Amino acid sequence: MSDILFYLLCGLLSVLVLVGISMMSKVEKAVKGNFLSTIAMAGAILLTLVYYDIISVTSLWIFMAIGLILGVIWGFKIKMIEMPQVVALLNGFGGIASALAATVIMIEPEQQNQDQLMFILVTASLALVVGVVTFTGSMIAAGKLQKVISQKPVIWKNHQWITGISLVLSILSIVMVAIDTKFLPISIIIGWVMGGFFGVAFTIRVGGADMPITISLLNSLSGVAGSIAGMASNNPLTVAIGGIVGASGLLLTQIMCRSMNRHLLDILLGKTTSTGHSKGVAVEASTVVTASDSEEDIVSDLASIMKSARRVIIVPGYGMALAQAQHLVSQLSDSLEQNGALLDFAIHPVAGRMPGHMNVLLAEANISYEKLREMDDINPEFPNCDLAIVIGANDVINPAANTAEGTPIYGMPVLDVDKAKHIVICNFDLKPGYAGVDNPLYKMRNVTMKLGDAKDTVKELIDMLR
Amino acid sequence: MSPLLLILIFIVSTVVGYIIIKNVPSLLHTPLMSGMNALSGITVLGALTATAFALGTGSKILGYIAIVLAMINVAGGFTVTSKMLKMFKHKEVDNK
Repeated sequence: MSDILFYLLCGLLSVLVLVGISMMSKVEKAVKGNFLSTIAMAGAILLTLVYYDIISVTSLWIFMAIGLILGVIWGFKIKMIEMPQVVALLNGFGGIASALAATVIMIEPEQQNQDQLMFILVTASLALVVGVVTFTGSMIAAGKLQKVISQKPVIWKNHQWITGISLVLSILSIVMVAIDTKFLPISIIIGWVMGGFFGVAFTIRVGGADMPITISLLNSLSGVAGSIAGMASNNPLTVAIGGIVGASGLLLTQIMCRSMNRHLLDILLGKTTSTGHSKGVAVEASTVVTASDSEEDIVSDLASIMKSARRVIIVPGYGMALAQAQHLVSQLSDSLEQNGALLDFAIHPVAGRMPGHMNVLLAEANISYEKLREMDDINPEFPNCDLAIVIGANDVINPAANTAEGTPIYGMPVLDVDKAKHIVICNFDLKPGYAGVDNPLYKMRNVTMKLGDAKDTVKELIDMLR
Repeated sequence: MSPLLLILIFIVSTVVGYIIIKNVPSLLHTPLMSGMNALSGITVLGALTATAFALGTGSKILGYIAIVLAMINVAGGFTVTSKMLKMFKHKEVDNK
């Protein structure tokens, strides 16, 4: 195959991937878009095999088949609640694959184009380090999400220093290659050990609620690692597609940071938000709840509010997902609609443990995607809303974000639940959310608190509608 | 291909990708991410060529592992993305 044809086909396949991705912006076309990307990927593999004249190497096919089969089987078995850790694991696989490919190139530099040897080896060692960082970082992230390791930020003694030193040594391993090829073996070892250590060090101190940001960042890194490995192996297609993935991860990281009111650097440096003034308020709020009308009055009152509500907005949070209550929430929304209510779901950008996670969980529970509305889209509708039902969400509905200057959530975009005429909050307890800021909603007169496991409280709500 | 050109390709694809992905609504961010995940398995191309031209047994084995892992990434990513996307539907379509 001539070089020109190869480059043309590379360009064509890259465009195909881009078209596939742009089709992902509409639900109706997204399945086809994903299929298109799959086809482009298969085409890319075939093209590479043909161009390098290695299509007849049986062992390559065997190992591709093994990976393919394992991947498909795994893909079918995955449950939607596990998506965050699955994405983290997949990021890790991509990262380590790049690192391994780079290592192979570095072990046998004599097999490479000698005119560009310096560029090839430097990019390979860079791909190695980024790939290994992605791998260990993703494994820790997956472990935290799967609760194999503690979700709390783990902070070692002199954490900052240790992290910094491992980063410097990782970079050193790349510089060494640039100085002299005789350093190659030692550079490979330092790259693996120090890069791997750095990945662990920077993810281990990230708290559970910051995971959406960490996963997006690792997603970006896995693409960048692939792209650099593409430079080392002189394959423009890998460079292009890796670059696209890197950009996507970066974009999602930005979106997540903005919606959580967090700076990326703070998360990487392990700054956790304060939880100073949480205790006093929890007590205060609970007294308010018990001090109001007797239990029975509330129940009958709430039942009539729910039955007469014409406009209802449900606000699901991670608490709903933790309690696995999404199918009950789906039932609740059906019952409300049968009572004549116009119902929508308000989804905060960071609801869940990864970008868009809540939408997937609700879609799985058979809720029509048109009812899943983004924050900016639905916020103006809260003032006209008869009833807002919050299920397992706290920080993202905290009106203090608009007013309480100096708190960690000040300035964070929130859902304007407080503007609704009546509010039901089904949260596990009265403790402040992850950010540790008291929620003034809990003390408002038109709020009914339903404390406990979301599965039980949502069931109670459904029973009230009967 | 010259190093400069490769770096240029990286920059262009990153910018174009960024612009296109900006249009994806947050509703579909999880499938977008797992789809991107699958695409990051494109590193399998590098693994394939590196492995095919490797001489030593050790480096070949490393290459094979890379191929398997990258393919799991690709296949798993695309499978779960399509499974997820198929769950997004209108209520009317699946009346119980």
